[in-house]
Amino acid sequence: MSAAPRLLAAAEHLVKGPIWGCEMCGQCVLHSTGLTCPMTCPKTLRNGPCGGVRADGNCEVKPEMRCVWVNAYERSERLPAWRGHIDHLRPPVDNSLKGTSSWLNLISGRDRRTPAGWPTQSDGHV
Amino acid sequence: MATFEQKLARRSFVVTAEMPVIDGGGRADVQRHLEPMAPYVDAFNATDNPSAHAHCSPLAVSLALSQEGAEPIMQLACRDRNRLALQAELMGAAMHGIVNVSCMTGDDVSAGDEPETRRVFDLDSTQLITLARVLDGGRYLSGRAIEPKPHFFIGAVENPGTPPFEYRLRRAAKKLAAGASFLQLQLCYRPQLLESFMRAAHDTGLSERLALIPSICILRSVGGIRFVATRVPGIDVPGELLRRVEQAADAEEECFEISHELASHALSLPGVAGLHFISFRKDAGIAKLCARLGIPTRLEREPHGDSAPVAV
Repeated sequence: MSAAPRLLAAAEHLVKGPIWGCEMCGQCVLHSTGLTCPMTCPKTLRNGPCGGVRADGNCEVKPEMRCVWVNAYERSERLPAWRGHIDHLRPPVDNSLKGTSSWLNLISGRDRRTPAGWPTQSDGHV
Repeated sequence: MATFEQKLARRSFVVTAEMPVIDGGGRADVQRHLEPMAPYVDAFNATDNPSAHAHCSPLAVSLALSQEGAEPIMQLACRDRNRLALQAELMGAAMHGIVNVSCMTGDDVSAGDEPETRRVFDLDSTQLITLARVLDGGRYLSGRAIEPKPHFFIGAVENPGTPPFEYRLRRAAKKLAAGASFLQLQLCYRPQLLESFMRAAHDTGLSERLALIPSICILRSVGGIRFVATRVPGIDVPGELLRRVEQAADAEEECFEISHELASHALSLPGVAGLHFISFRKDAGIAKLCARLGIPTRLEREPHGDSAPVAV
């Protein structure tokens, strides 16, 4: 990585780290998950909660923590924008983007690149 | 005999059951477990390291089930395999004619006896459903062609009994959109939660497009129900149910009564495509419960003219 992208990644982490616990996956989906980072889920689930959520709404893995997806769902319902985006199918994480700036990847479109076999909207299912 | 897929397509009532985990007992163990259940059960789930405990692999158990004349549903969890391994496992299943797969996230490693294990979760369950559909369409995730293309009858799971309750139905719909044709529902000891889920699925038309199969567990003892209440993630057992078993003169009989009550209630709900049974012992509990519920054997459930006996 050259200096500018590295600097941008550092700036992004400075902002998103303290607020959202950003893990720098490089393909940010915060807007579609109620501004709750799915990478803070111990199972890093991108498409909704697992079946292990506790009766009190806390995490199966970390009993002291509220389930990331319980928060995501509640917050997404309260957000004025991006309604319904939580129901979108999010593709597998591109692990080669780890540590890069999602801002840059958003501008370049790199964060929307999926494996060639992954269905596109035109497949009619997604 | 029609396949599990054909039975659901023609909307026949189906019975599925969990094959207990296999360790050192080999195929003989599979046979012993099968025998009492086989008359009632259309397809058996081969589990994938349930509760994060290592056992024989789901593909190996699915293969053993096929060899014994039973139809397997291969469970596949995201906990232990990355996307390459998941594709390899699915293609391995296809190679042996195993078409039914149930895609799930998997209990966390902290629920198991090797909590120091590295978690994988390279994909989540909805992505795994999509992956199975991609393979079914004749491509690997990379886009590389598979000829001839394999076939999968794709299922998944959902838990109607745990938060966020209102979102569970939308999650089920998302799994349908991703490519699932059936959902086996997690054990639910709070009947009103299963009821709200099933009624909403019926009212929104979801249960018309996605076969929903509630699960019923036949426990045998106070220890058993305590284990489910405290050790199995995502299952909430009400205190009064625990006390009923603790105070019963015959705990085993009381557990059976509870299973019967929960199963009768599930059968009364709209949109139920079948039942999934879990019993941990080599016994006739599932057959006994089916008989008491008035569920015919699978041969009796076959339409006339297609009821040639099949050796199991």
